[in-house]
Amino acid sequence: MRITLKNLKRDYGTLHAVQDVSLSIPSNRIYGIIGRSGAGKSTLVRLISMLEKPDSGEVWYDDDRVDNLSKEEQIQRRRRIGMIFQNFNLFSSRNALENIAYPMEICHMDKAYIRQRSEELLKLVGLEGREKAPISTLSGGQKQRVAIARALAVKPDILFCDEATSALDPQTTRAILALIKEIQKKMNLTVVMITHQMEVVRDACDYVAVLDSGRVVEEGAVSEVFASPNSDVTKDFLSSVTSVRESVVRWSDYPGHYTLRFRGNATDSPVISSVTRETGALFNIRAAGVQTVNGEDMGMMVLDIGPDEATAAKAVKRLRENGIIVEEER
Amino acid sequence: MSQMWKLVFEATGETLVMVFFSTLFSLILGLPLGVLLHVTSSEEQGGIIPQPIFNSVLGRIVNVLRSFPFIILMILLIPLSRLIVGTSIGTKATIVPLSIAAAPFVARIIESALKEVDPGVVQAAKAMGSTNWQIILKVLIPEAMPSLVSGVTLTIINLIGYSAMAGAIGGGGLGDLAIRYGYQRFRPSYMVAAVLVILILVEVIQIIGNRLSANLLASR
Repeated sequence: MRITLKNLKRDYGTLHAVQDVSLSIPSNRIYGIIGRSGAGKSTLVRLISMLEKPDSGEVWYDDDRVDNLSKEEQIQRRRRIGMIFQNFNLFSSRNALENIAYPMEICHMDKAYIRQRSEELLKLVGLEGREKAPISTLSGGQKQRVAIARALAVKPDILFCDEATSALDPQTTRAILALIKEIQKKMNLTVVMITHQMEVVRDACDYVAVLDSGRVVEEGAVSEVFASPNSDVTKDFLSSVTSVRESVVRWSDYPGHYTLRFRGNATDSPVISSVTRETGALFNIRAAGVQTVNGEDMGMMVLDIGPDEATAAKAVKRLRENGIIVEEER
Repeated sequence: MSQMWKLVFEATGETLVMVFFSTLFSLILGLPLGVLLHVTSSEEQGGIIPQPIFNSVLGRIVNVLRSFPFIILMILLIPLSRLIVGTSIGTKATIVPLSIAAAPFVARIIESALKEVDPGVVQAAKAMGSTNWQIILKVLIPEAMPSLVSGVTLTIINLIGYSAMAGAIGGGGLGDLAIRYGYQRFRPSYMVAAVLVILILVEVIQIIGNRLSANLLASR
């Protein structure tokens, strides 16, 4: 299911929560929407998922416009959408199995089928044997697993994840993301992931849109955006990904004046040495390492370039010609 | 002495009948009213079908009825009791003003119990394509059940108190006994016995209600 947003706008009084957002979310991919709190993420996901109507603009699922559906049509359409939340939002009055059964019950499906499918789903999310477990006895990760099973019960074509891992510890986050990835492939889902964690985008998403003050400031394939961030917000997010720093080996406490990022082929060739030979530049490496972003290797190096500014400028130019992304620190 | 206990026994039976039926009827009246009050409230308060004008009018009516002194309501409703049960005195007739007096109280209790339901859960139900009826019947009421049980317990206890007051206008039951024998005929033992039974009733209802509510919570 492809999702297209056209010039979406939503105000709350004088607050412009979402202003002029147009996005094209490809089918059968995991699409991340990242932003700080207050950037308009929650409003945007509510608009995309038909929980709220935009002031203006359009939302399309494939070739169907969905932002102007009648109440009855909306209810029918929602029954083919899965959604999971930060606080899991499970029914405390129902046990694990009954929670998964709910979306099927409201569609008046056959009781025997509901039971069989609920059990199947519980197994799929790795909670076999916990059918009768009251929700309060489950851990955060297990709750989100039940929520995922519930979201998948009606075989949706879209799965919305609204800060789905924000209440979980890093290890559980990784496990839940792995589960979502696995399910996405298995069920041909279009997944839209709202998050404020760059780790989530790095580990799970194919594409990402960066939201700031209700606008999309950057959009593209995750590997592209990670390699060459354009907006300040994106750079901020990237520097906040702890594992970028932690995966880089550090020798010096002095920060370098340049950050180099290598992508794909550039990681294989001895670019630094060639540039030294060509320009006479001297590199003083402060920190370096390689990390994997969504399956693609990306090298990173923090260094100073000497011996003088003119040589440094020449070296930077040569590095860029070799396909290396160079950021100057100030 | 055995004459007294016989009277107390009969009066207890009358009180139980009054309380049982007035609880039943006040729930029949108050439950839909409470649900209506909650679902038509503003979105911030968890309303799923916000109707601000309707909600505030309904809220006012409920408040007026609630603040009515019960003794006056009973007298005002004498014609209605006569219309419904054919008489204005006795156990049966008292059920009418008791039910009507308790209904707005029940409505508020139901409303506040429903307000406690996690709005996120309601949002999830909505996102899955639940109709409003499904949200009310399959989400709001089951999720609020422990608070609803506590609310009903409170209603029953209040009705025991009100039913005793109804004795003042010839309503029958333990209150009637306490007034006619204990007060008007200066027989304090009757008064003490009636009050004692009322205390026991309240205590027993409270214990049962607490236990039910706790059991519901424990199984979650």
